[in-house]
Amino acid sequence: MDLWGWFEERLRYRAAETFLEKKAVPVHRFSFTYYTGGITLFFFLLQVFTGLLLLMYYRPTSDAAYESVRLIVSKVQFGWLIRSIHAWSANLMVAAVIVHLAVTFFSRSYRRPRELTWVSGALLLALTLAFAFTGYLLPWNTLAYFATQVGTEIAGDVPVIGRALLVLFRGGEDITAATLSRFFGIHVAILPALATLLLGLHLVLVQIHGMSRPISVRADRSEPFYPHFVLRDFIVWVFLLGGVAALSTFAPWPLGEKADPLAPAPAGLRPEWYFLFMFQTLRMLPARILGLEGEQVGVVLFVVLGLILVFVPFLDRWAPRGRSHPLVTVIGVAVVLFVAVMTVLALRGGM
Amino acid sequence: MSRWAVLGAGPLGGLAAVLLLLLWPGLPPTALAAPASAATPVAPPDSCTACHQNLTGRLGAPAAGMAGDMHARPELRCAGCHGGDPAKPSMEAHDRSAGFIGVPTRQQIPRTCARCHADPGFMRRFNPSLPSDQLARYLTSEHGERLQQGDRNVATCTGCHGVHPVRAVTDSRSPVFATNVPAMCARCHADASLMRPYGIPTTQYADYLASVHGQGLLRRGNRQAPACNDCHGNHGAAPPGVASVANVCAQCHSATRDLFVRSPHKAVFDALQMPECTACHATHRIAFPTDTMIGQQQGAVCTQCHAAGSPGLETAGRLRAQLEDVKGAMAAAEEVLRRAANLGMDVGDARLDLDEANTQLIRARAVIHAANPQELQTVTAQGVAAAGRARASGEAAIAEWSFRRRGLGISAVVIVFVAVLLWLKLREIERTPREGT
Repeated sequence: MDLWGWFEERLRYRAAETFLEKKAVPVHRFSFTYYTGGITLFFFLLQVFTGLLLLMYYRPTSDAAYESVRLIVSKVQFGWLIRSIHAWSANLMVAAVIVHLAVTFFSRSYRRPRELTWVSGALLLALTLAFAFTGYLLPWNTLAYFATQVGTEIAGDVPVIGRALLVLFRGGEDITAATLSRFFGIHVAILPALATLLLGLHLVLVQIHGMSRPISVRADRSEPFYPHFVLRDFIVWVFLLGGVAALSTFAPWPLGEKADPLAPAPAGLRPEWYFLFMFQTLRMLPARILGLEGEQVGVVLFVVLGLILVFVPFLDRWAPRGRSHPLVTVIGVAVVLFVAVMTVLALRGGM
Repeated sequence: MSRWAVLGAGPLGGLAAVLLLLLWPGLPPTALAAPASAATPVAPPDSCTACHQNLTGRLGAPAAGMAGDMHARPELRCAGCHGGDPAKPSMEAHDRSAGFIGVPTRQQIPRTCARCHADPGFMRRFNPSLPSDQLARYLTSEHGERLQQGDRNVATCTGCHGVHPVRAVTDSRSPVFATNVPAMCARCHADASLMRPYGIPTTQYADYLASVHGQGLLRRGNRQAPACNDCHGNHGAAPPGVASVANVCAQCHSATRDLFVRSPHKAVFDALQMPECTACHATHRIAFPTDTMIGQQQGAVCTQCHAAGSPGLETAGRLRAQLEDVKGAMAAAEEVLRRAANLGMDVGDARLDLDEANTQLIRARAVIHAANPQELQTVTAQGVAAAGRARASGEAAIAEWSFRRRGLGISAVVIVFVAVLLWLKLREIERTPREGT
């Protein structure tokens, strides 16, 4: 018995191989959208790998966090590359998740029997944003400090439990060393554990149900998932790796100035680009709406919209019957336009 | 403008009157402070304010001004300085048997104020940290001595502190607030007609405004910078003599003073009875010191005493050259660090080295006062070395930048190669007919 035979007898891996070979990926004019999931997975894996390396030097205290990141980018061999890739890849992963969600939405891929695939994906989007939010504070620089202050204040606007949420997030009334260690714990332990479980579920469901064919596509051409689609995915991944490396080399992620809690907030402070639409919306809302505080109404609205997003497969009554109803498309386009316009307004320092 | 107004006493010389009352023998300060022990003093009848607040001009101004006066407290009030009995109605309050004195004379003012302010026990009730030696110092001052000789033009308490209202020194509206002091002194000392009898110049204020001290205090708001009183004294104001100028400067510049004392200049200056610091730095128009003050070139202060070709001037040239060595090394390092930073490289640690070089340069500029090239060399060598480290770090950062780009180029080749291999493999698989098809 050769070595592979020895493993086969114990692991039965050929069963999985056979499954993958028999699994078919539809081939049509929208096939490129199938790569968005793989791209997201690539960035996630890159985050895990670079994050583990950063953990070896990063120190999560308000006294040492900034200095440890400075050490990483200035003294540690290739530390600058690892840290820059981690920061760039984080942003690209958020973008990839959003694009993946958008193409899944517009192709109605969430329809039966993939409702739970969508739900787990939507929750993964929330986890990705939580990863980004908690990770942003960790270098303990000025922008991160004050952006986190603004971000956690938004949580404080949630009616009834807002104050409790704010204290829970910050580990007290203000952004302090307690906030930093809390964010660090969430970023490197709690979120990865949750993400691993959800991502595992998401990938298993994708394998069980396969790729969804858009409603409008009638042709039934397909290709094997393994090795055809997997090899194409790898080619994309290889180019992405080169792209992230080039970004990190030509535009290293800045470290900024160390946070000084006693200093005034810098002018033009705003959150990272993926939170800008919320930030801008809350800014533009009137102070009072129907007797309630404008920001509170806005936060409640975003929470409701988030819940609607999670339950989209159960709200779209037409998709299970094989219909792409224009109303769903119009709502999707309206949301995309709203997010885009608000983001642009915020970038331009709008009202 | 009346002389009183020029001196800041106001048309009534009001506080003078208030303070004079305190000096009146029949009214001890302790008597004035009787209600002070009460937690919340109850305001007794006050016919002074009742009448004067309805008057206009010089008779109404004190009542209006007292609202912002730090002495406006129930246990003092008008009668606390002017005497009289405020419990009596109308003009009956001007009761000379109750110590009414009206407006105190200029000669009376210092002792009027001192009635309370020279009594530590009394003052402790209001401000335990306030000194109580103002009168003693004043009497030793140029102002105080002349006042005792009958000169009515000199400054007294109210001339500087104002009157009705008298504000706390920490109140920015007070004429003796740090940033207001130069202008307050200049009201008299920049007045040529007022100063003519004394034969003293009136350019001090203009000189001070142009000086490093004046710029620091008045333009940049740095209250560490000295005003007139920081050098001349407050209540004991007097011009420092030749022998004490250095002591005055050394209140702040103590390290520089120590260096000068052990320099060869010290004995010579003493022998020639030259003022120390001001010989090179001037008096009120103290310019921001620059390195051009040192050396053999025209305009250097060293040339004021040292002849061309003399050993002293050659030493000055060496001192200047050592400073230039540090500055040159720093400029070279700065250029390299700027280039590295423009390339996006982190040069934070190198900046610390450059800061260290700058610290040594500042030290060196102080050590110049020892006029000892060997001593200066120990400092400038450290500065040059620190700047050298900064430059080396900057050059390493630039080299690292080049390495990264080369690395990226090699990576790009490898990535394209791997992608091509994968694509070729995919092509091969796609061309191979699948089993059963």
